[in-house]
Amino acid sequence: MSKFTLLMTTALAVGLSGAAFAQETHPETGETLAEDQSFSYRLLDQFPTIDPQLIEETAGGHVARQIFEGLLTQDDQGELRPGVATEWTSEDNQTWTFTLRQDAMWSNGDPVTAQDFVYAWRRAADPATASEYAWYVELSQIEGASAVIAGEIPPEELAVEALDDYTLQVTLQAPLPYFPQMVVHYTFMPTHQATIEEYGADWTSPENIVSNGAYILDEIAVNEFFRLVPNPNYWNADSVIMDEITGLVINDANQALTRFRAGEFDMMDDLPAGSYPQLEEEMPETAHSVPRLCSYYYTVNQSESGHEALQDPRVRQALSYMINRNVITDQVLQAGQAPAYNFTHWATAGFEMPEIDYASWSQEERQQRAMELMEEAGYGPSNPIEIDLIYNTSENHRQIATVVSQMWRPLGVTVNLSNFEWQSYLDIRGNQNFDVARSAWCGDYNEASTFLDLLTSRNANNDGKFQSEEVDRLMAESATMADPQPNYTRVEEILAEEMAIIPIYHYTQNFVLDPAIRNWPMENVENNWYVRDIYRVAE
Amino acid sequence: MLSYILKRLLIAIPVMLILIVGTFILMYTAPGSPFASERGVPPAVLANLERQYGLDQPFIVQIGSYIWNLVTQFDFGPSFIYRDQDVNDLIAQGFPVTLTYGFWSFVVAVLVGGTLGIVAAVRHNTWLDYLAVGISVGAQVLPNFVLAPILVLVFTLWLGWLPGGGWQGGQLEYIILPVIALSTSFMASIARIARASMLEVLTSNYIRTARAKGLPMRRVVMRHALKPALLPVISYLGPAFVGMITGSVVIDVYFSTGGIGQFFVASALNRDYGVMMGITVLLGALTIFFNLVVDLLYAWIDPKIRY
Repeated sequence: MSKFTLLMTTALAVGLSGAAFAQETHPETGETLAEDQSFSYRLLDQFPTIDPQLIEETAGGHVARQIFEGLLTQDDQGELRPGVATEWTSEDNQTWTFTLRQDAMWSNGDPVTAQDFVYAWRRAADPATASEYAWYVELSQIEGASAVIAGEIPPEELAVEALDDYTLQVTLQAPLPYFPQMVVHYTFMPTHQATIEEYGADWTSPENIVSNGAYILDEIAVNEFFRLVPNPNYWNADSVIMDEITGLVINDANQALTRFRAGEFDMMDDLPAGSYPQLEEEMPETAHSVPRLCSYYYTVNQSESGHEALQDPRVRQALSYMINRNVITDQVLQAGQAPAYNFTHWATAGFEMPEIDYASWSQEERQQRAMELMEEAGYGPSNPIEIDLIYNTSENHRQIATVVSQMWRPLGVTVNLSNFEWQSYLDIRGNQNFDVARSAWCGDYNEASTFLDLLTSRNANNDGKFQSEEVDRLMAESATMADPQPNYTRVEEILAEEMAIIPIYHYTQNFVLDPAIRNWPMENVENNWYVRDIYRVAE
Repeated sequence: MLSYILKRLLIAIPVMLILIVGTFILMYTAPGSPFASERGVPPAVLANLERQYGLDQPFIVQIGSYIWNLVTQFDFGPSFIYRDQDVNDLIAQGFPVTLTYGFWSFVVAVLVGGTLGIVAAVRHNTWLDYLAVGISVGAQVLPNFVLAPILVLVFTLWLGWLPGGGWQGGQLEYIILPVIALSTSFMASIARIARASMLEVLTSNYIRTARAKGLPMRRVVMRHALKPALLPVISYLGPAFVGMITGSVVIDVYFSTGGIGQFFVASALNRDYGVMMGITVLLGALTIFFNLVVDLLYAWIDPKIRY
């Protein structure tokens, strides 16, 4: 064989294998894969940062899940699966030991070790980092977290320890059975100490960044787009099918939808208000509505600054009973949302929906009861009241508030509606300058306490200032119980009896997705998606 | 002339100071904070953040050090929201984008608008005039937030000729739609102003004299009428040019160009004090500068004006 033929044969072989790759099928399902394995999606807003310890909103969180990998990740059902850690154990739910895989590497080739997690977690709590998500470390009950955040003890005293390179031990100040669920969160993803120390705040730029996820940041133009490409050093790089991810920042929802229809990208959520029913009818394969772990409710100001009548649980109940949730979900929102009579989202993992009395009544029964309660409390059409209902500027919130104010009218309740842009709104609501305020809460982790803790008396987000010693006690107790469900049920019952908040509906995530994209985690209620799991089939 | 320029530049200093102090006070008194979030940041964390950004300092110290850094180092400070970037970085990324499509919009608006206006005036009350007026009125009543979605609908969704947004380093296909959307209403204004002032000039005595001497119309227009007719147009072009190169919020929002208009809106909504101040100062300085340029152009065009 001459040198030339050898060269030709090699070239032919390479060419053939290239062609074979294009015809490749998915290793598990056998579907024919498209030649173009790129995924692009729309972002509503530019994310402020992709530094895991500094991220505080969802857009940056989605990017972090692609380029970093924490101890544990979630599968398409939202169940835990190994990430950098292969095993996690605890005898008492208080001291947790994670065993790390030895083949995990950073994008620069360094091994990912337990020290990287120790560094990152201390960094999250360190006052010098000034992370808005430092509270998440506190929430996870790691011993010393509060004191570190307050600057009372050095970050080194946070109870996270590397027993050796591949064993991480965490000590909590109280037992927490769902601690492993909490480490999925981006705040607890590892970061590369040497890189951060070398580049400071610039470490996340494409030329500097070192990450350990399935993808790495390739290019970013603020307010325009970013691109991720596969990380060749990722321990499971062979299983990654998508070879490019592009995110396009498009603020205007209608503009984005037009561009989606033109085929410019594959996925968008935050659809234009009211567009879902039509999209579903027009493109049933493309438009999706899946449960999302958020609850929409009205906060009732029960502090001294609220309306006097609202201090009376009977008035709060009457207001709640008058709201016909089905009108709101079926006629205003029309995107598969579930009417809510309790706080915790129905799809929360391991949560049994409590039996709330008024949920089973007919709307006529509720309204009749509401009129009676209002009269008992000494109010009603003969003694009308006037309350301020506030909401943050948004078409959906405005429509719901308008509908609700009409529903309350028969009770002799006159409603003054006002809307505020987001930052002012937080200020007004956080300082109890309202009677009733539109609110929503999204679970930080997939467990009922992420909702119910909100209504304990010392919770910073309890904007209505609802106080109940029994709720406080039940929630404190639940943290250490093997089966906290009875406590959760009881808390939900108390919330309904006292009408601590007025639940309205449980969210759905509404989005459009190119039908050629497969294996999208439709059943992950936290909307945590990992592009390394998805792929594009040939059409 | 030189002393005039110097005087104008000296006046600009107190103007800029008033702008900075005024904006700072407005920002300071607006409710909310860059660090407020639905989650309710714990007080210890909030204190850390405020210390890091100097928000725990008294007002006078904050504004003093802002102006000091700006004057001595040309440093606009950090962004309060984009934690990995400072304001100088953001302006360095966004401003060239805005400058590019703003410049081309200006060129298109002046050429098309000027031509339309002059043709309409010279061919007063003919079909050409009506057509030109028709076009400019049509363009005027179609604001860019209406035009932009229509353009994307037609050229991206229906025809598939052009991308519906993005910038990609300023490739031609990405520039076309933003330029059309941004230049249209400016073009209409320029056409209207040019037509009105040309009509006025054409009826003035010295033009009648020139015509009476038997000069051809083309020569009358080019030699004698054009320059004075352009005066009102030029005075409009100063602010219009600043308006275009500093971008339009609408263009940035609809076409995701990554220009500074988008940063400006987002900074106000997020209370990103650093970015808001930085862009305000930049726009203020540009406005002052281009007004000066326009005044100098006046002197060049109109021999009656002397400084």
